[in-house]
Amino acid sequence: MAHDLAHDLPHDAAHDAHYPGGLMRWIQTTNHKDIGLMYLIFAFVMLLTGGAMILGVRAELFKPGLQLMQPEFFNQLITLHGLIMVFGFAMPAATGLANYMLPLILGAPDMALPRLNNWGFWILPPAAIMLTLPFFLGIMGVGPGAVDTGWTMYAPLSVQSGWGMDFAIFAVHMLGVSSILGSINVIVTILNMRAPGMTLFKMPLFAHGFLVTAILLITIMPVLAGGVTMVLMDRHFDTHFFTAAGGGDPVLWQHIFWFMGHPEVYVLLLPICGVVPHVLSAFARKPVYGYKAQVYGMWGIGALSVVVWAHHMFTSGMSVGGQLYFMYSTMLISLPLAVLFFCWIATIWRGSLSFETPMLFAVGFVILFGWGGLTGLVLADAAADPQYHNAYFLVAHFHYALYPTTVMGAMAGVYYWLPKWTGHMLDERLGKLHFWVVMIGFNLTFIPQFLVGLAGMPRRIPDYPVMFSEWNMLSTIGAFILGASHLLFIYNVVKCARGGGVKAEAKSWEGAQGLEWTVPSPAPYHTFDVQPTIK
Amino acid sequence: MQGLKNLVLGVIAALGTSATWAGYSWSFPQPVTPIAHETLHVHNLFMVIALTLFFGVLALMLYSFYTHRKSRGAMAADFTGPKSRKQWLWVLSPFAFLLILDYGVFGIPAFHAVKMYEDTKNDAELVVKVTGSQWLWQYEFPSEGVRFSSRLTTPREQIENLAPKGENYLLEVDNPLVLPVGKKIRFITTSNDVIHSWWVPAFGVKRDAVPGFLREFWAKVDTVGTYRGQCSELCGKEHGFMPVVVNVVSEAEFKTWLDSKKAGVVAVAAKTSP
Repeated sequence: MAHDLAHDLPHDAAHDAHYPGGLMRWIQTTNHKDIGLMYLIFAFVMLLTGGAMILGVRAELFKPGLQLMQPEFFNQLITLHGLIMVFGFAMPAATGLANYMLPLILGAPDMALPRLNNWGFWILPPAAIMLTLPFFLGIMGVGPGAVDTGWTMYAPLSVQSGWGMDFAIFAVHMLGVSSILGSINVIVTILNMRAPGMTLFKMPLFAHGFLVTAILLITIMPVLAGGVTMVLMDRHFDTHFFTAAGGGDPVLWQHIFWFMGHPEVYVLLLPICGVVPHVLSAFARKPVYGYKAQVYGMWGIGALSVVVWAHHMFTSGMSVGGQLYFMYSTMLISLPLAVLFFCWIATIWRGSLSFETPMLFAVGFVILFGWGGLTGLVLADAAADPQYHNAYFLVAHFHYALYPTTVMGAMAGVYYWLPKWTGHMLDERLGKLHFWVVMIGFNLTFIPQFLVGLAGMPRRIPDYPVMFSEWNMLSTIGAFILGASHLLFIYNVVKCARGGGVKAEAKSWEGAQGLEWTVPSPAPYHTFDVQPTIK
Repeated sequence: MQGLKNLVLGVIAALGTSATWAGYSWSFPQPVTPIAHETLHVHNLFMVIALTLFFGVLALMLYSFYTHRKSRGAMAADFTGPKSRKQWLWVLSPFAFLLILDYGVFGIPAFHAVKMYEDTKNDAELVVKVTGSQWLWQYEFPSEGVRFSSRLTTPREQIENLAPKGENYLLEVDNPLVLPVGKKIRFITTSNDVIHSWWVPAFGVKRDAVPGFLREFWAKVDTVGTYRGQCSELCGKEHGFMPVVVNVVSEAEFKTWLDSKKAGVVAVAAKTSP
């Protein structure tokens, strides 16, 4: 494969690290490591952007009253926070990990479609600019500001909103195209580029996680693209998909959105379900427990995720039959998820454990995501759900589901493979400090949100009754601690990348298993010129 | 685990800085309708089960973290799945338990609760139409020909921190909805513009107001009192400023109030006893 590609290139790119210097290297690159790195850096910049926005929100919510901003601006912040974290941070971070690690893990020279890979990444920065430009223009006094409908963009509010919404629609289109391209590449690579002898059921779980994710993305992103296009038509071309006066139905939007939005949750989760077993197994020095069960579990989650969407809509009004169906099907997801949890814990059980930074993050993910999953059970109850829905309980629930996965899980992966990427071990003391700051900050942010939600505080309000003050104050303190933890992460990674730590060996962790640990650290620019054979 | 200890310490330290615990609430407000009672019951049951499961599994993990530590000389086992029949039974039992929990412990009461929640028409004694509007609520008693709107009265100075905040800051309106105690009321929701959501936590009911469509729910409030809630579907810039206030009064007081409304008297008579 690598040799075939070399014919098309103007220089002999197959063996040595030949690339133009400076900026052009990054614009032209078709190398999976370069592109993976760019994805990860882009995702982290987005994490900081979305994080800074929500810190603005938490600062405003520190006490009742409007202190720092007006509601119009507040609504932009919460909306951009959601869209940026889901589409700008979590998905690109996963694609970045896939890009960097899949060829190393599968024993392939590169991703299957390198040029498409380049294109897939370079759509992202313009999309991010498209999404946020109205926000910055708004700050400078130009235009109505960014999209302000909440990331769910419920019609007809999104039909009524200013032109920031149009920018968001096109940004969603571009982000969708990017993730579809990335997904095609992941699927083609996994199905065609595995080392000889690596059957699908010998393939590491990492690849299974990304395969399910990629298939889900190709299923759902076109649906969202269609949906936002319908909003665009309603806004400008007098169609009435979502207005009752013209024969449409606002709730149709919710069906379209959540048909994308619910599998999206698993799109964010499943890559991490692929990453975490590698880490747990490495630091337990014990093979992965229930490999096949985990594979089937992931496919089960993927399949179920596309048939449960309307549990996000119990308060929208639904027939009894509809409520029962979506309630019981949602409960069924607990089964494959429990399989994964069982296997993760059984992987650790009776191992020879040590708690280096990646392990701490992986274990932290298992514990916190466990609580996120459990709270989902009561939200599935269609009759009890209205009391939690769109209150802060829901906000806390999905942050317990999403932060430990997309951020802590991804960081477990980054810390785990960092020696392979940089050739240096990370500073364990800093890594551990980072972990504990995350644990304290995260729980202090979101435990109060569960409780203030039970007390009756709705989400997405810029100001609140005085009885919610105490919990909100705590939550804001927690949020700033959590926000600060990410600076520790940057410092630690930069220090490691600049060669701050001990030189890493090819097999950087004692218990690490897999093809990626058979090549030197840092891994060569082109990893496997000759594919290894798996027995 | 150290993590949990640190966590608890962190939370306690942060709590220590606040002057009092009085402001902290830990559960739903006192329920006053059959649905709210049912929801609180489910919630309590859930919290007991979920917290037990969570801390049970956590304890198991902590035990493993401590005992199976390399630094304590633990040697790694190499099992990757159940082998004997006994092991299979052990492995499958948590999932059997989970299924019973999902479809038995929660699933069966949930089935009846959903039926109850949606039983809006049987024995309903009064119909109230609730119309969401940017950014106020309109209430209508169609059979009585009474119709009025209800909007926030909290002064702008309080919101902008120019005046001290009142007790019912953001939860006070000019014309509250008045309802008779102990009567099943059928609510019909709709909207004039975007989607709103009508919620009173003490009633345990929340239903979206969808423009162009009718949605319904019911409530039968068993205690006289004033109940407050807020719009809970993002509906634009004043979303945080369209509260719901319901005065639940005796049958007689309700009649008086209704008559005064019919007579076109705008002032609220709900709180004045006959």
